[in-house]
Amino acid sequence: MSSPRPDSATGGEFTSDEMMTVAAARSLRDEAVCFVGIGLPSTAANLARRTHAPGLVLIYESGTLGAEPERLPLSIGDGVLAETADSVVGVPEIFNYWLQPGRVDVGFLGGAQVDRYGNINTTVIGDDYHDPKVRLPGAGGAPEIATSCGEVLIVMRHNPKAFVSAVDFVTSVGHGRDGRAREQLGLPGKGPVRVITDLGVLEPEPATGELILSRVAPEVGVEEVRAATGWPLRTADEVGMQEPPTERELTILRELKATVGNGESS
Amino acid sequence: MARILQLDTAVAELVDDGDTVALEGFTHLIPVAAGHEIIRQRTRNLTLVRMTPDVIYDQLIGAGCADKLVFSWGGNPGVGSLHRFRDAVQHSWPVPLEIEEHSHAGMANRYVAGASGLPFAVLRGYAGTDLPNHTDTISTVRCPFTGEELAAVAALSPDVGIVHAQRADRAGNVQLWGITGVQKETVLASARSLVTVEEVVDELPEQPGAMVLPTWAVTAVAEVPGGAHPSYAQGYYERDNGYYQDWDAIGRDRERFREWLDTEIHGAERSAR
Repeated sequence: MSSPRPDSATGGEFTSDEMMTVAAARSLRDEAVCFVGIGLPSTAANLARRTHAPGLVLIYESGTLGAEPERLPLSIGDGVLAETADSVVGVPEIFNYWLQPGRVDVGFLGGAQVDRYGNINTTVIGDDYHDPKVRLPGAGGAPEIATSCGEVLIVMRHNPKAFVSAVDFVTSVGHGRDGRAREQLGLPGKGPVRVITDLGVLEPEPATGELILSRVAPEVGVEEVRAATGWPLRTADEVGMQEPPTERELTILRELKATVGNGESS
Repeated sequence: MARILQLDTAVAELVDDGDTVALEGFTHLIPVAAGHEIIRQRTRNLTLVRMTPDVIYDQLIGAGCADKLVFSWGGNPGVGSLHRFRDAVQHSWPVPLEIEEHSHAGMANRYVAGASGLPFAVLRGYAGTDLPNHTDTISTVRCPFTGEELAAVAALSPDVGIVHAQRADRAGNVQLWGITGVQKETVLASARSLVTVEEVVDELPEQPGAMVLPTWAVTAVAEVPGGAHPSYAQGYYERDNGYYQDWDAIGRDRERFREWLDTEIHGAERSAR
């Protein structure tokens, strides 16, 4: 179901990455407490704060509570976060006092691989942990963000290498290897409620925990998303189309991105 | 009482072959100059501990100083991979590197246990992940009051903890502020500690939000202006993002890395301070 891009609504062109960032920003409700990583999540959270969610509270794992950076931070330890935060605390405190007891509403995660149940791998590619094909950075804050935040948003670029049937290593649990792990493990948070990609949005089917396609990006067809997904992707009864970015969203996003000195690679 | 030493003397006295050494600083105040001095002294068989082994650990690993790494996130922040780390894990170059892998929450709590003089720490962590299958310092413990099963992680008690701070006074009291990561826990968890500082001053000025590590909790202080570069020291200088980006190309290639090692570390003059 390919749809023409409604240029009249945006006043111009936009990239699929911009659509993804705007969709991620729109997923953040005003006054939510959000655990933010650097790169796309940080861009999206700062965009949300400048548009519909001025009361969004940003927490970075470097220990800054309520950071209000006037430019995009270059790393999670950027001085602009410490200088604008309500409080700066140590790393043990961020995880033990603020994340672990469930004070954070939304966690943003990405990774090298995500599977059909929303499990994330940022550890190794390949079957042998001790002799990996590719050694990835590892867990960072993600395992506990995945279990303790009220809900998790996953933001990743869509391709068959990244969207796999089963991840090689579960670094951060989504809905588990069988889609039912959260209940069995008694995890406090809901886990991944949405996977936002450059091609659309996947959401877990309540009965199975399996990610299914619920929305496509403008000008993207269902078959294109299926081709970019490493398992037989099922769709919601009705697949909607994402609202393109508004002119205001695009303007603010581009201004924001111009404030960061280096790229968005992570 | 902390002794004020030159950096090369402090590293020579405190860091021995085979030690477990933690250099901490969570993106801010990374003790890079101390790491370079460890490379310069050709220290070997270290177990390196650090939550976020970034460029400085890539350099230590590539130089062959370590045979084990204990960590929770190994990447070049904002840029990409650590190629020397990957080369060591994937191809055992220049020497095989054993790894002990945790999450940030696990590592932070391991330092807390070490600083607290406890054998382990408790957290709600690692649930549903594959990490406990590969890391034997992750286990479980049952709460004696509620019966709940929780994650347990072994304490970290390094032989040497090294951090960087903004300043110290001549008695060796250390003052640091901004993003403080696990620096305090690292110093308190370690048998010996070295704090490199931007400057040694006659009297520590009032600094809102600053933490002070008292001289009697620190083994040695070395004055190393710019000692956190290319990371930053709040109130002194900004992060050098270009260095992190340039490192990608140097670290990617063994020959370019060797050249860097020869010219920037072994060929460079020993740190005057």
